[in-house]
Amino acid sequence: MSVDAEDVRRAAKLARIAVKTEELEPLAAELNGILTWIEQLAEVDVEGVEPLTTPNVTQARQRPDLVTDGDIQEKILMNAPDSREGFFVVPKVVE
Amino acid sequence: MTDLTRLTLAEARDGLRRKDFRAVELTEAHGAAIAAANGALNAYAHPTPEAALAMAEAADARLAEGGAPDLCGVPIGVKDLFAVEGVPTQAASRILEGFLPPYDSTVTAKLRAEGAVFLGKLNMDEFAMGSSNETSVYGPVVSPWRRKGETGPLTPGGSSGGSSAAVAADLAVAALGTDTGGSIRQPAALTGIVGLKPTYGRVSRWGVVAFASSLDQAGPMTKTVRDAAIFLKSFAGFDPKDSTSADIAVPDYEAALGGSIKGKRIGIPKEYRVDGLSGEVQSLWDHGALKLREAGAELIEVSLPHTKYALAAYYIVAPAEASSNLARYDGVRYGRRAKLAQGDGIADLYEKTRAEGFGREVRRRVMIGAYALSAGFYDAYYLRAQKVRALIKRDFDEAFRQVDAILTPTTPSPAFGLGEKTNDPVAMYLEDVFTVPVNLAGLPAISLPAGLARQGTPLGLQLIGRPFDESGLLALAEAVERDSGFSARPARWW
Repeated sequence: MSVDAEDVRRAAKLARIAVKTEELEPLAAELNGILTWIEQLAEVDVEGVEPLTTPNVTQARQRPDLVTDGDIQEKILMNAPDSREGFFVVPKVVE
Repeated sequence: MTDLTRLTLAEARDGLRRKDFRAVELTEAHGAAIAAANGALNAYAHPTPEAALAMAEAADARLAEGGAPDLCGVPIGVKDLFAVEGVPTQAASRILEGFLPPYDSTVTAKLRAEGAVFLGKLNMDEFAMGSSNETSVYGPVVSPWRRKGETGPLTPGGSSGGSSAAVAADLAVAALGTDTGGSIRQPAALTGIVGLKPTYGRVSRWGVVAFASSLDQAGPMTKTVRDAAIFLKSFAGFDPKDSTSADIAVPDYEAALGGSIKGKRIGIPKEYRVDGLSGEVQSLWDHGALKLREAGAELIEVSLPHTKYALAAYYIVAPAEASSNLARYDGVRYGRRAKLAQGDGIADLYEKTRAEGFGREVRRRVMIGAYALSAGFYDAYYLRAQKVRALIKRDFDEAFRQVDAILTPTTPSPAFGLGEKTNDPVAMYLEDVFTVPVNLAGLPAISLPAGLARQGTPLGLQLIGRPFDESGLLALAEAVERDSGFSARPARWW
């Protein structure tokens, strides 16, 4: 598998990171260097092996479905780059 | 009076109780050392001297009453990855510029409750992604160590490079680090201090800025093994707020120290004799093994056949998890927001904010992660990497049927110069060849100083233990520490 500029454009879109057109080719070369090195995983016989997601956790714990905090609107908004009247402010999303 | 910044954690704790000095004096001594050194070393990103003094005064009052916990009055440094209430916390990233957490991480809340004194936030690689502390928005940390007869700046390791430099240069009695692929152990090894990565699940991840959630663990970076034992106990333990936190009692690690290691079985993994392992690292490793045998341990060659695939598996799993974790930095709820042009929509807000807020290495890893998780590539990359991860864990399970712990070098070579590896990501990733398998398997491991390289800077040995057996690991490490008698310190040039 080899990554081209179009793949990088797609990955950047998925990652929501703006990439200038002239940066696509150099980035493709960079990512290819890393992904080619990762290709060695294809040598490993993984037939019948269960994937390991999280070590030392046999069963996911569930917490009681209870409200344990709230009334902290001010704390939630205190770090917002832009807020008004208790809301986060973003550019218009609905025409 | 002796120089208070030279004290170990155990000495500071005992001296405070004997009233040899007060927490305020101890804190002032460290504050002065930071003020004098930070311009040259850049270890602290956000020193908090005034808050530290207030904490020290409160600690002195508590110590006077008697019965105070071990950490009460002890000045420590906190890696910038931990949320500390009211103190800038930005994971060394531009995207978290100005972020002031309205809460403490579980780890810092526990330390605050014990009465520990926070000297400030320590520099690190951006989002803990790096092995040299050069990806930080604050600029690189410079190691207090230099090559013999040279003045060129060396790396203190990474990602916990501010933590390693601070402890090695006596700018903190101890420091908090985090380790996703070696970020506690590698910097500890390169600066001649002790660094312990606990078992996955031993320490709460709540309030620690997430990099790769199935790999991240916080741990102690200290001057001695005893200090690591004392420090770890103060912040380890079950936390209902972390769904992967283990509900297992925390033993008194310090009580486990000082015993004999006679009859302990130590594994030497043959696959760790990799290409590129320097001759001096090899001989240091052999010497460490010999010392263990002289102390009565039995050496057994073990095989970890999938070792060579660990780094490649890691560089899929960690970026994949990071791309998901870092999705939260959107310029809406906290941190930096890019300036928008007329007519820009919400997607432009996200894309511009993330392009200018993340540094080069972070952008690279987030894109690799997004690529590896995308339709058509998920099975070939992510799922396969997780299966290889299972095989790596199985290798260790097999080895631990025969041995109590495994001895390896911590790094393949001593500290390198700043800028030497920044243009070759894969060369930088190879720094972690001996540490990454441990994170994939979720095991505890400790790095301790074992000698000096010919260039005059420290090298470390790593001991890997069974899950949740930090006690056994610390006891072994203390025996190695006693035998090696490592006492070298960086010559002060700053």
